Amino acid sequence: MKQTSSCDVIVVGAGHAGCEAAASAARTGAATLLVTQRLDTIGEMSCNPAIGGLAKGQLVREIDALDGLMGRVIDRAGIQFRILNRSKGPAVQGPRAQADRKLYRLAMRDALDETGNLGLLEGSVEDLVVRAGRVAGVVLADGRTIACGAVVITTGTFLRGLIHMGEKTWPAGRIGDAPSLGLSGALERIGLPLGRLKTGTPARLDGRTIDWKSLDSQAGDDPPVPFSFLTQRIATPQIACGITATTPATHAVIRANLHRAPMYSGQIQSTGPRYCPSIEDKVVRFADRDRHQIFLEPEGLDDHTVYPNGISTSLPEEVQRAMIATIPGLERCAVIRPGYAIEYDFVDPRSLSRSLETRAMGGLFLAGQINGTTGYEEAGAQGLLAGLNAARSCAGSAPLILDRADAYMGVMVDDLVSLGTSEPYRMFTSRAEYRLLLRSDNADSRLTPKGEAMGCIRSERSDRFRKKSAAIARTRAVLDSLRASPNVLRGHGLGVNQDGVARSAWDLLAYPDLTLARLAEVWPELAGIEPDVAERLEIEGKYAGYLQRQEADIRAYRREEGLALPADLDYGLIGSLSNEVRQKLAAARPETLAAAARIPGITPAAVTALLGHVKRQGGIV
Amino acid sequence: MTATIYALASAAGRAGVAVWRLSGDGAGPALAALTGRPLPAPRRAMRVRLADPSGDVIDDGLALWFPAPQSFTGEDVAELHLHGGRAVAQALAEALGRLGLRPAEPGEFTRRAFLNGKMDLTRAEAIADLVDAETAAQRRQALRQMDGGLARLADSWRERVVGLLAWLEAEIDFADEDIPAGLMDQVAGAAAALAGELAGHLADNRRGERLRDGIHIAILGAPNAGKSSLLNRLAGRDAAIVSAQAGTTRDVIEVHLDLGGWPVVLADTAGLRDAACDVEAEGVRRALARAEAADLKLAVLDGATLDLATLAVIDDATLVVANKADIGACPDRVAGRPVLAVSARTGQGIDAMVRALEDRVAARFAVTSAPMLTRVRHRAAVEECREALARFDPRAGAELAAEDLRLAARAIGRITGRIEVDDILDVIFREFCIGK
Repeated sequence: MKQTSSCDVIVVGAGHAGCEAAASAARTGAATLLVTQRLDTIGEMSCNPAIGGLAKGQLVREIDALDGLMGRVIDRAGIQFRILNRSKGPAVQGPRAQADRKLYRLAMRDALDETGNLGLLEGSVEDLVVRAGRVAGVVLADGRTIACGAVVITTGTFLRGLIHMGEKTWPAGRIGDAPSLGLSGALERIGLPLGRLKTGTPARLDGRTIDWKSLDSQAGDDPPVPFSFLTQRIATPQIACGITATTPATHAVIRANLHRAPMYSGQIQSTGPRYCPSIEDKVVRFADRDRHQIFLEPEGLDDHTVYPNGISTSLPEEVQRAMIATIPGLERCAVIRPGYAIEYDFVDPRSLSRSLETRAMGGLFLAGQINGTTGYEEAGAQGLLAGLNAARSCAGSAPLILDRADAYMGVMVDDLVSLGTSEPYRMFTSRAEYRLLLRSDNADSRLTPKGEAMGCIRSERSDRFRKKSAAIARTRAVLDSLRASPNVLRGHGLGVNQDGVARSAWDLLAYPDLTLARLAEVWPELAGIEPDVAERLEIEGKYAGYLQRQEADIRAYRREEGLALPADLDYGLIGSLSNEVRQKLAAARPETLAAAARIPGITPAAVTALLGHVKRQGGIV
Repeated sequence: MTATIYALASAAGRAGVAVWRLSGDGAGPALAALTGRPLPAPRRAMRVRLADPSGDVIDDGLALWFPAPQSFTGEDVAELHLHGGRAVAQALAEALGRLGLRPAEPGEFTRRAFLNGKMDLTRAEAIADLVDAETAAQRRQALRQMDGGLARLADSWRERVVGLLAWLEAEIDFADEDIPAGLMDQVAGAAAALAGELAGHLADNRRGERLRDGIHIAILGAPNAGKSSLLNRLAGRDAAIVSAQAGTTRDVIEVHLDLGGWPVVLADTAGLRDAACDVEAEGVRRALARAEAADLKLAVLDGATLDLATLAVIDDATLVVANKADIGACPDRVAGRPVLAVSARTGQGIDAMVRALEDRVAARFAVTSAPMLTRVRHRAAVEECREALARFDPRAGAELAAEDLRLAARAIGRITGRIEVDDILDVIFREFCIGK
């Protein structure tokens, strides 16, 4: 084996996790090499050409707050922006944008090219170099090795990927790409437990053969709201989507061919995501429904490919064509490429620590679908953390650990490493206990200072953040200082209790429908506040009471979170734990008492026993 | 490893049979060592001769073997039925100590059963209540709770809250999916209905706790009306100091009674009058406070003497008696209520008074078919849940409404000691077609 070169961090795979990992490692100052099978598919959107959505939009804002790429890239490539849940409160709204797939790839490539300290290499990593129990480099398919201090593996669905379409199966990373076969073996040799998951994608349609005129359409928001805290406005032209639905005839075609669907014929054994079922799944499980909605999403401004959102399938190709022809507007539609299901290896994420480093091998980090997640945003968020922590591991610095009250990122990582997953893991707002706090509008306040402490924030963002924070503090002080009696307020048409108690402008923001613009009628000095500053203060004013209660919860949670459990804790030594509880704890090896408490089947009594034992051993850090 | 513990499960002292219980990994080896034979078949009684490690015979009795997890504690358990007596007990305890076992702390068997998931908190509490039960009504209540009545009720409440929360979360997290219309209204209606049910359980006169802790009856009346004598007549022993000098009972004296199956705490109080000294004034103050807190009051008149202080405390929860019926006249009615004529000295009318008290108690505390909230912490949890449900307001925004449902679920989960398992998503995926 001839050593050809060396660097600090090597990132394997250039999907959404890999790009963020490489960029964050490089931003932190590590000499970083991104190795991918094909340079021309960097940042490829293998499935739905869209970024964000509920909870996922929050993740993108968090990536952006840590100076990651995804938000800036989608702002350059988005062709329809919409805030989902606009009718509900700001904590559960989610920005979403459809992307022009080609523009997204190009913008991602640009963003990587603009990153200093970063090299790209076309090649396939087949093995790891291990020295003294720590990863020391990678071996490429052609036998070359590259030495490094840390490796981040982000191979998505490529690890022993197997595509299913009807009765046909063939090994592939995604359609048209070779799978990665060697790495799985390398991970197994290290002792990482592997499992199989499944996901799927719908057929792609030729937009020129769709009868758009007969269909309803859905436009984006005007003006479009950007993802990145740095983006001033969206310059890309905006388009609309078509809306159609399956019919009883569609369902009849599916039912008649169910025996040929790999999920039902027994050809696929692994678990797919419940929230993203195939159309055959939906027809079987919700047999009483005779229609399922489909969004027809153009994949680009100068691309006639259309993504039919809602009919992911792995039925045989001819059945897919027959099924699609029963859908209004698609009667004469040409299919560019049939849909398929893909099975792939993933690593049980309980074998990771919260820095996303494997417990089995120092310097080896995993991010993205390899950890059992699904979604570009989930992948990107893990990639950013893994890349950053890989760089810090090389430098001998402590990792960035986010907890459940810091960020959706922290919720996701904690869920994965404490609980593992039995289906591809997707983020939902309901997974976050403190979601009134974990909002997309305040992601910068929550995370940018932490990023600065880690050295991964460039000065442009730091300056912008500091100015905005100062403006928020200043305006808040003004809001506290302005007071008026109920009488005066009534004079301005504001109906508050006539109790003679003067209220501050801040108090008044808690009233439903009272905005800063409305308050500016009472106090003219409140006119002309920057929109992002006004938005933040209005939201925090509205949630003030609930946020206070949540803060008390968070204090209690952080007390438990502060109780670290030793990594080598012998659960067999703890009296009064049942064997079942011992096994569950040994499998998950929770890092903190709080994480232990969230493992299903761990009773409060068991948590108490655990606390007592660790305290007696003096193991509480 | 967990320490192996032992205890005498039956009452201490001389007895025909004494039951010993051993629990923990060392129970099997200890049993084998004591008997010098292989372990008996699980759950079958076996006649054994027990000897200590040096070969000295301890006793002849029965042994039972309950291998984990099918035992009371969920651990290996051995039971020994021996002769009850101090020498046997001492010899066995010494032998077990030499085999490395230690005496159990109070409640340790039940505690282990709880820790091992053999029972929830309410069942563990019920066992303690059953052991402490002194009256028939207490026994029945504890048995019902031990049977899981309260746990099932609390779990069913929690399931309903979690179900509602799942609907709300579906509305929030899957707004861009095909979620049926009108979910919010359904959730609001169901939350209000559940809040109403909880209020019904809370408005139970605290029967469950009363039954557990005893129903408080305060005896009130003028000095020297014979309150203490009545108490003693009821208690059948000299619980309060009885003397002919007015104002003897300056503090509150309590006697626990079984009144026809009902646990009763009878409190004798200082006589109601303008106190002659500070100590007595304090006694009167305490008497009135006790009257205020009592479930029932027994107002005692001195024959036909109508003193205003006593008349002032009479209300719907008061039974009025006139004492000293053996030596003078008694009124038939006072303050619109019938008066029972009694004599603490001769026992005249006492049976009728006891029956009247029993009727009053039964009417107020009769156990209904619904499980009772038997502890303050149950009540606090239900109250917190009800408050959160009552606060629930869909117009405040789905995310804030969901917050209140989350608090409601958490509060009710505390009754059985359930932690928050995120089963919300499971409900969502079961009930709604999610996924475009």
